[in-house]
Amino acid sequence: MRRLRIVVAEDAALLREGLIGILEGAGHDVVAAVEDAEALLAFTRRLLPDLVVTDIRMPPTHTDEGLRAAAHIRAEHPGIAIMVLSAYVAEAYVSELLDAASGGGIGYLLKDRVGHVRDFLAKLDRVADGETVVDPEVVRQLLGRRRDDGPLASLTDRERAVLALMAEGKTNGSIAAELVVSEAAVRKHVGNIFAKLHLDPTSDRRVSAVLTYLRG
Amino acid sequence: MQSAYRGMITGPGATLWVARALPRRGLSRPNLRDMSGTSDAWAALRDRPWRFLATSWPWRSLAYLVTTVLVGLPTLVVLFCTLFIGGLTVVVVVGVVVLSSVPVLTGLIGVLERRRLGLVQHRTAPGLTLRERLRAGRRLPVSWPEIGYALLLGGALWFIDLAVLLFALSVPLVLLLAPWLSTFEQMQVFGWVVDPGREAWLASAIGLLALVAAAYLVTVTAVAQAALARLLLDPREAQLAATVADLRRSRVDLVDAFETERRRIERDLHDGVQQRLVALTMTLGRAELDVAEGPGLKAVQDAHRQAEEALEDLRSTIRGIHPRVLVDHGLTAAVHELADRADVPVAVDIHLDERLPPAVEQAAYFVVSEALTNVARHSGARRAGVHAWARDDTFVLTVEDDGIGGAAVSERGSGLAGLGVRLEALGGELRVTSPPGGPTEVRMECPCAA
Repeated sequence: MRRLRIVVAEDAALLREGLIGILEGAGHDVVAAVEDAEALLAFTRRLLPDLVVTDIRMPPTHTDEGLRAAAHIRAEHPGIAIMVLSAYVAEAYVSELLDAASGGGIGYLLKDRVGHVRDFLAKLDRVADGETVVDPEVVRQLLGRRRDDGPLASLTDRERAVLALMAEGKTNGSIAAELVVSEAAVRKHVGNIFAKLHLDPTSDRRVSAVLTYLRG
Repeated sequence: MQSAYRGMITGPGATLWVARALPRRGLSRPNLRDMSGTSDAWAALRDRPWRFLATSWPWRSLAYLVTTVLVGLPTLVVLFCTLFIGGLTVVVVVGVVVLSSVPVLTGLIGVLERRRLGLVQHRTAPGLTLRERLRAGRRLPVSWPEIGYALLLGGALWFIDLAVLLFALSVPLVLLLAPWLSTFEQMQVFGWVVDPGREAWLASAIGLLALVAAAYLVTVTAVAQAALARLLLDPREAQLAATVADLRRSRVDLVDAFETERRRIERDLHDGVQQRLVALTMTLGRAELDVAEGPGLKAVQDAHRQAEEALEDLRSTIRGIHPRVLVDHGLTAAVHELADRADVPVAVDIHLDERLPPAVEQAAYFVVSEALTNVARHSGARRAGVHAWARDDTFVLTVEDDGIGGAAVSERGSGLAGLGVRLEALGGELRVTSPPGGPTEVRMECPCAA
């Protein structure tokens, strides 16, 4: 596991300390921990970290300061990976986030996922590597929304399971491990899914493609 | 989790209960002028004739009669002049203008008289204020009872009151002062020649009794006159209309109070309990890494799982109280979330150009939430649809399903009934059409002008 330089933005002191503890415990370097979006932008510009971990709702208005800060950071420094944490899942947030911050490593997770420390740290690494990570709860909601549609209804149960894990941002390898099948089988399912949903199988950003499809 | 959600949805049922309990309290009006344990002069006199003398009511009645004279005399002069001049000049049109100002004048007198009622009754009579009347001027409809009352006041009432006052004050006063007055000249009261000395002191004692009698006389006169004034100046319909307006306002206040309270509770849960639980899951997560494999680790993992379940319960509770998505992203996003969570597929079709007023948004959200809960629970439906649009400042929302129908607002749980009450307070309504065999449609309409 490599050592990342991280800026943390979270207005609740209790959670900020918890995050710092987990990140430093994993050997990462928390270069700044701030409590609002303005400070997040200032420190990110100055310190140019590898990764930003930010809460969505922060002072002063407690609405979506974190999202807007994320969009700014992505626009100014596309190379900085961003992990957004939220106290609750709102699909609307995901849409905004993916629209505003598409292009580089981006993640959207419920705050309680942080407690699954190993899993959380692994997801941070993937985001730092430029991948997209989406909370399973969000994917569940997105799939729920589109269950009525034709192409999705034509998927088999197994293909739906693969699609869900793909939407979370998992690689073929980890999907295979999770479903206890071979990676070749997963590749076959992915091929079927892309064919049935009329997605471009050669797309190198398959997570974005799947999410865009699910968001309708 | 389910029970917590349900509890929040039936929350509006509490609104229903309180709103129904309110009118009874609203109608028994507070004793605004209560200075002696009773609410007006007549009640004080009737209920405790002796203690009445020690209250402020005789004095207030006296003040009422005195002010009647003070108002009545100018009323007579002004009305007489107006009618006289108007009558004389009516042939040259000017008189029409002069005469047409009579209702305005009597209206102004009415304002004063309505206020004066508070002297002997438990409240003043409601009506337009002086400023409103002056601004409205001649555009107000002519009130014949007001004109009649002004004529009565100027033509008779003040005169009667003056006589009553003179009689009620002079007789006791003269009798009381008999021992002193009789020393100057011969004194005669109602044919009784009062000699100085013992007889004069007897007269003085009778004077004291007369004073008591005068207090009753003054009060009875004032009460009767005030009753007449209220009859003419505060008709029953106006009273009812005022009561209804009061009730509507207090009901809207109540709904607002509930909303404020919900927001406060949501904020407390969100910023307090939820953050502590998240922090707890983080701590437990870190502990899992440090604890060696064995029963200890198992216990920590169990604790972690339980903390997460508590968080999930809390989230669903918060959703039922005051959904964040609704506040942050508006009705469309919030209804999508509800649809995503529903047990049957829900087609959402919402056309709104801008955000609705918060109260309407809230009501609409909870209508959808409750309707979808009912769809899942009772209807046996395979699919449902939510449609909403706004046209001409009216917001319309429908939730329909393809279930078995046969539902009514009351049967469908207190949730929808409570929401109906909430909507009424906003000037809207909630209708459920659900013929046996289906389909069921819940339709909400509500004014939505910002």
